[in-house]
Amino acid sequence: MQATLATPAASEFLPLIPELVLVGSAFALLMLDLFLNEKQRVVTHLLAVASLVLVAALLVAGTGGQGAVLGGMFIRDNMADVLKIGTCVVSAIALLYGWPFLRERGLYKGEIAVLMLFAVVGMMLLVSAGSLVMVYLGLELLALCSYALVAIDRDSPLASEAAMKYFVLGALASGMLLYGMSLVYGASGSIDLATIAANAADAEQRTMLLTGMAFMLAGFAFKFGAAPFHMWVPDVYQGAPTPITLFIGSAPKLAAFAMAMRLLEVGMGPLAEHWRPLLAILAALSLVIGNLVALVQANLKRMLAYSTVSHVGFLFMGLAGGGAIGYAAAMFYALSYAIMATAAFGAIILLSRRGFEADRIEDFKGLNARDPWTAGLVLCVMASLAGVPPFLGFWSKLVVLRAAIEGGMLWLAIVGIVCAVIGAFYYLRVIKAMYFDEPVGEPVVPRTDRTLRVVFGVNALALLAFGVFWSPFMAWCQQAFA
Amino acid sequence: MTHWPLLSILIWLPILGGVCTLLAGNARPGAARWIALGFAVATFLCSIPLFMGFDLASPAMQYVEQLAWLPAYDIQYHLGADGISLALIGLTTLTTVLVLIGAWGAIDKRVSQYYAAFMILEGLMIGVFSALDAILFYVFFEGMLIPMFIIIGVWGGPRRVYASVKFFLYTFLGSVFMLVGLVYLYLKGGSWQLADMAALPLTIGEQTWLFFAFLVAFAVKVPMFPVHTWLPDAHVEAPTGGSVILAAIMLKIGGYGFLRFVLPIVPDAGHDYAWLVIALSLVAVVYVGLVALVQEDMKKLIAYSSVSHMGFVTLGTFIAFALVRDVGAEDAARLGMQGAMVQMISHGFVSGAMFSCVGVLYDRMHSRMIRDYGGVANVMPWFAMFWVLFAMANSGLPGTSGFVGEFMVILAAFQHSPLVGFAAAATLIIGAGYTLWLTKRVIWGEVGNAHVAELEDLNGREWLVLGVFAAGVLVLGVWPKPLIDLMEPSIAQLAAQLAATKL
Repeated sequence: MQATLATPAASEFLPLIPELVLVGSAFALLMLDLFLNEKQRVVTHLLAVASLVLVAALLVAGTGGQGAVLGGMFIRDNMADVLKIGTCVVSAIALLYGWPFLRERGLYKGEIAVLMLFAVVGMMLLVSAGSLVMVYLGLELLALCSYALVAIDRDSPLASEAAMKYFVLGALASGMLLYGMSLVYGASGSIDLATIAANAADAEQRTMLLTGMAFMLAGFAFKFGAAPFHMWVPDVYQGAPTPITLFIGSAPKLAAFAMAMRLLEVGMGPLAEHWRPLLAILAALSLVIGNLVALVQANLKRMLAYSTVSHVGFLFMGLAGGGAIGYAAAMFYALSYAIMATAAFGAIILLSRRGFEADRIEDFKGLNARDPWTAGLVLCVMASLAGVPPFLGFWSKLVVLRAAIEGGMLWLAIVGIVCAVIGAFYYLRVIKAMYFDEPVGEPVVPRTDRTLRVVFGVNALALLAFGVFWSPFMAWCQQAFA
Repeated sequence: MTHWPLLSILIWLPILGGVCTLLAGNARPGAARWIALGFAVATFLCSIPLFMGFDLASPAMQYVEQLAWLPAYDIQYHLGADGISLALIGLTTLTTVLVLIGAWGAIDKRVSQYYAAFMILEGLMIGVFSALDAILFYVFFEGMLIPMFIIIGVWGGPRRVYASVKFFLYTFLGSVFMLVGLVYLYLKGGSWQLADMAALPLTIGEQTWLFFAFLVAFAVKVPMFPVHTWLPDAHVEAPTGGSVILAAIMLKIGGYGFLRFVLPIVPDAGHDYAWLVIALSLVAVVYVGLVALVQEDMKKLIAYSSVSHMGFVTLGTFIAFALVRDVGAEDAARLGMQGAMVQMISHGFVSGAMFSCVGVLYDRMHSRMIRDYGGVANVMPWFAMFWVLFAMANSGLPGTSGFVGEFMVILAAFQHSPLVGFAAAATLIIGAGYTLWLTKRVIWGEVGNAHVAELEDLNGREWLVLGVFAAGVLVLGVWPKPLIDLMEPSIAQLAAQLAATKL
């Protein structure tokens, strides 16, 4: 391994072309932005979006080809490609949503775009990680960019507090992960995930290996925001500027899914009978805690944060179900949740204006009377999150439900559906506010920026369109684990 | 005609109409009303060839459309209709037209959304009655919740929020268990098609828990005692049109589900627990009937009477289980199921008409309380005529549609056990009690107060709506044969499926 690392052939970098392009554009933008004044910042913004779209296009075109390179550190396979495309597209959407909101608050510095691009690079490395080091590298790149993004509104005490909590708890999680990794390394004698898996079955230090696994599991449950490691989620979601919340609430879930796959399935596959029950417990806890606590939230961002916890529970349900079907289901869940989360936070952005954040449920009161079109779109988003057919959210629940039942976890499936019903209640509260209630105080009028409205419209209607035709979508996910 | 995808047209035409109505916008209520009505009438007209081209002799699904919809999960867009579906589809298209006409002057808030919600609901309900793929069925079944939630919540009465959320959560909770059951059946048999699920052998243990999963879903929808409590709330708060659709069609989806899912898929467990459903049905018939007696709100009274009448539907369906397996009386079993089906259609007309009548009064007086009325016949003689006709049908008077279904079910019940038959027959007395007493307090007697004295009789629009309902009630009461002939082959086939064990 040392030898290959020392002299990688040029051809070994081919599968890394998308990442390299993205890193290149991030640096270029960082330089370019220095020479732009405030009015020209839109150039940075558009170039950042363009480079994400370009990278997604490169991935769709399959530029560079697949394979495991750099001594197995970097793996590019079907799963990696699909997830990277998803990450790039979702991040591009997040940037588009963020522009007007951050702009009018004077928060759109060039660094926003650059930090997001680096975060995406981190996610892409994580998605392709073939060794513990690469997992950690990708994760930390993502995490550091996220901390900075959350803190970007440095004058807001709420945002600073959120960033601080995020940083401290994130560091704790990284510590746990790293500790777990060191134990696994000690037990298996390798940081290469495939080698760990090969040695796992007959490792002499089995207890050490299992302890390491438990720590790693806790570490990424933290990053996912699964209960009982979810404490940071609501504070960070609420405190961060909404477009940043949108970003950290959507794309990183895809990366976290990939991390789970790499660490558990690739690295710990032979120990599946040990980590599957743990995942099932995490899933059940997340479902119950996330949904119950979300019920009593008055702040929409907090509510969505707890709802994220419950959605992570559903995602884990698919992972716990296991097998190609379960992983495809969980991946489908991650992708559809990313789309739903962008739309949900997008709705808040659409209703916010300078000096006012429409992040309380009561800000949505009477929306239907003022803007039936927007209200209808938010209705689609909430119905989808609640899992009402024919929206995408229903199908993603259906596939993980199937995975859980097929994996012999009927109890988990039943916990899941009961929680889905509880969850429906708080999404209904938003629909209720929009349709049944009269507005209180100064009416909240949705923004009129055309780009934002188009992005939101496409995003929300995608939930319906994909809900009716999700077969190709699912076929990709199944292909990734075929 | 058969090469036209009639069922797809019937599903998507109203939904398209709903979208067009929405586009008209709330600012142009006139346009919205006419667009919606135009689409509803067109849908109704499209349902006529469905009846004309139907092969009465065949129990098979007709007008079948089968397309691969979501191949990744073997889910198909599979539609088809037999006599049972057809009768309910006809009821749906007709009632929707009447509801839209009925709302013409009564709704003036957010008109286009009101009309659009009913149009979309119509398409989804027809989808439920014609889906032959379990997931397709479920999508339509759940999709209905959102429009109905909005209808109750936006245009409803003072406690509309409570009622609409209760409605949503009850139904949602019921149906998710069914979803788990369906996924289980899919994993076992590898197909979502109802016909394949019906052919799948299942152990009694599997059947039992599947039975309860289905029971929860459909019992909430019917609704059966003791999960009926959402219905009075929803009815009381819903606008007139919402109540009519809810009573006339949505409740039937529960009864339909029993016939389509429980009967063919889990016949053995259905037989084992028939006693439970029969007992709950009798409680609904008798106890809920007594509850109806003491109501002071007209809509609530009719809502409880709906629960009581729907008890006959479940009674007729499950008495058939007991009759076929225990007594071997397949003819009587068919009688019970036919009675259940006739009762569903009849109740569609009668309850729709009763709620429309209450709507007529409410539009004038803005009160649903019985004590606010009295002697309405003096000022509204035509209205009183219709009301009394529907009241008679509600009490099960021979010659009206209410009699036919109940009588058939009671006959079947007697063959099972005179005691059950006797309890079921008690409804004729209790039903007559609460309906006639209601009529006495509202319609007869001296003019109750000054407001009543100022009431004006029916206008042309209301005449039309009540007249069509009245025609339905009378025709079905005097000459139910076409309806029975329509459903006979399908019911005979169901009875045969009942007899065959799946163990």
